[in-house]
Amino acid sequence: MRRWLIRILLGVYGAEALSGLALLGVVLRARFRRRYPPRGATLHGKRVLPGFRVALGWTVFYLLLIVLIPVSALCLKAASLSWRQFWSAVTSARALAAYRLSFGVSLAASLIDGVIGLLLAWVLVRYRFPVRRLLDGLVDLPLALPTAVSGIVLTTLYAPHGWIGRRLQPLGIKVAYTPLGIVVALIFIGLPFAVRTIQPVLQDLDPEIEDAALSLGANLWQRFYLVILPELLPAWLTGVTLAFARGLGEYGSVVFIAGNMPMRTEITPLLIMTRLDQYDYAGASALAAVFLAVSLGLLLGMNAMQRRKSVLPILM
Amino acid sequence: MTIEVRNLSKSFAAFLALDRVNLRVETGELVALLGPSGSGKTTLLRVIAGLEFPDRGEVLLDGRDMTAQNAPARRVGFVFQHYALFRHMTVFENVAFGLSIKPRRERPPTSQIQARVWKLLKLVQLDAQADRYPSQLSGGQRQRVALARALAVEPKVLLLDEPFGALDAKVRLELRRWLRRLHDELRITSVLVTHDQEEALEVADRVAIMNRGHIEQVGTPEEVYHRPASAFVYEFLGNFNLFHARLNAWQTGSDALGDGPLGGSADRPIVYVRPHLLHIERRPCGQNRVVARVERINSAGPLVKVQLATDTGETLEAAISHDRYAELQLRKDDAVYVSPRELKAF
Repeated sequence: MRRWLIRILLGVYGAEALSGLALLGVVLRARFRRRYPPRGATLHGKRVLPGFRVALGWTVFYLLLIVLIPVSALCLKAASLSWRQFWSAVTSARALAAYRLSFGVSLAASLIDGVIGLLLAWVLVRYRFPVRRLLDGLVDLPLALPTAVSGIVLTTLYAPHGWIGRRLQPLGIKVAYTPLGIVVALIFIGLPFAVRTIQPVLQDLDPEIEDAALSLGANLWQRFYLVILPELLPAWLTGVTLAFARGLGEYGSVVFIAGNMPMRTEITPLLIMTRLDQYDYAGASALAAVFLAVSLGLLLGMNAMQRRKSVLPILM
Repeated sequence: MTIEVRNLSKSFAAFLALDRVNLRVETGELVALLGPSGSGKTTLLRVIAGLEFPDRGEVLLDGRDMTAQNAPARRVGFVFQHYALFRHMTVFENVAFGLSIKPRRERPPTSQIQARVWKLLKLVQLDAQADRYPSQLSGGQRQRVALARALAVEPKVLLLDEPFGALDAKVRLELRRWLRRLHDELRITSVLVTHDQEEALEVADRVAIMNRGHIEQVGTPEEVYHRPASAFVYEFLGNFNLFHARLNAWQTGSDALGDGPLGGSADRPIVYVRPHLLHIERRPCGQNRVVARVERINSAGPLVKVQLATDTGETLEAAISHDRYAELQLRKDDAVYVSPRELKAF
């Protein structure tokens, strides 16, 4: 059984490598053709960029293999429950508390990431200072660090006797083993996504538009709110969405800092793990399916927001 | 509104961008700042606008010292080389921006803002494109939007930073004539930065030629073209031929040299002559002449350009009329006599 699994996985990776090469070939050929278009390429209804069907075929094949099949398997498993069983599994008080916590802390952390990320990206793009490159490199660190490590480090720091927790204790602020701790961990995990999506857009932003706004009499707030922010907004939303999605799925760091008390600090992925530990595979799948559906809905909604021309009411 | 700058100096790190610059622009005048890139003309414009602050010196608007004031307080309109339009706003919103961000007490009512924006859009002939976004416009149209946007706040001074620099030659020519007509209509004190001498000489009332952070000469286009104050001005304002120590060959009289002392050093003076002032003859005539051989002829254009090689190995360029070219029947490698009609020395 296990050998079969390995073979299938190897097959998938092999196919991945092969198709990657094929796709590269298609792209390179397209580049070449665009630079040296064959005579009469625009005649006879030929596309400027060839290879659309091949590329789409591979894309769909991939999504099928890596996303759709596992997701379908998940839903099938969940469907083995009766409607009543399913409903009680996904709407138990413990499950509802877990959803609320998961979505709540992820949203809070991603919004905070949005603010810090914008600030960081701004500093990295607009100013030149000695340790800029080092700082730029540090931004990606949370991506490379095993999440369990960051979880343990944060827990150690923020625990009641930890280096930071000790100083927060007298102020009545408890971080580790509370939802606040989960938010701290998720901010750490999601920050690179926010910074790295805003940074390139900020880099492309022409500083002259700020000069233009200034010469037209705009004050600092108006220059930021009316001129810079609308330009950054799509990228900012993408960054926040990515951080949010990352936060929803995060498990490794959260289990250490959360304390994992049912109803209070138990995130949905952990509840799913608990169900699995209890050999309740169908119940776990049901929870996962609901979590997946809600996440997908939220992400699609955030994507739709990015496509709107402007979200802020501008002028008059 | 007059603009006056006194003793302006500004440096970026080790680079001295402005070096004790003095300039006065009278009310309703259009002055061009002309110079090669890096000569400090854009910096001077940005200092006048309040987008940059000088290390030393003063900026006076209407006689009042505005050196420490920021851009909004100076009420100047600024037009950028790369338009700097707000991409997420329509043409209409771009033009309305300056008026609609005013504090409520100073802001005209919405209907008045709209009326003013429409009037400006008609002025720049873009009322049909009011709902478009900047990305849907051509370069020339974008720059007209930028101009309308700057004019919307009724600035006392209009500053244009190479406004036609990013446009192709034909549109550039069209737009600068249009700008001149607009200026004649509005009579708003304007400063135009350009590196195109033709543009400066055609559009401006007066031209200030800049070099390495200071102003070499200020004067009407006629003055700077016909009576350049320095070798740099002469060189920058058109094509020229240069001679080192060729004075004996020309056997120059003082009338041919014009006024002004000789530049270079005493034993190697530098003399200039413009290509269209070089006279080509088949037969020797007059005293000022050298023998030369025709190297290249290019008759595409309003004048025929003839490249000549003198017997001492120097290359001269002459520009003669098509009539004269037909009369002379020049061929490559013909031997001719060349004499200058107007020599210039510094």
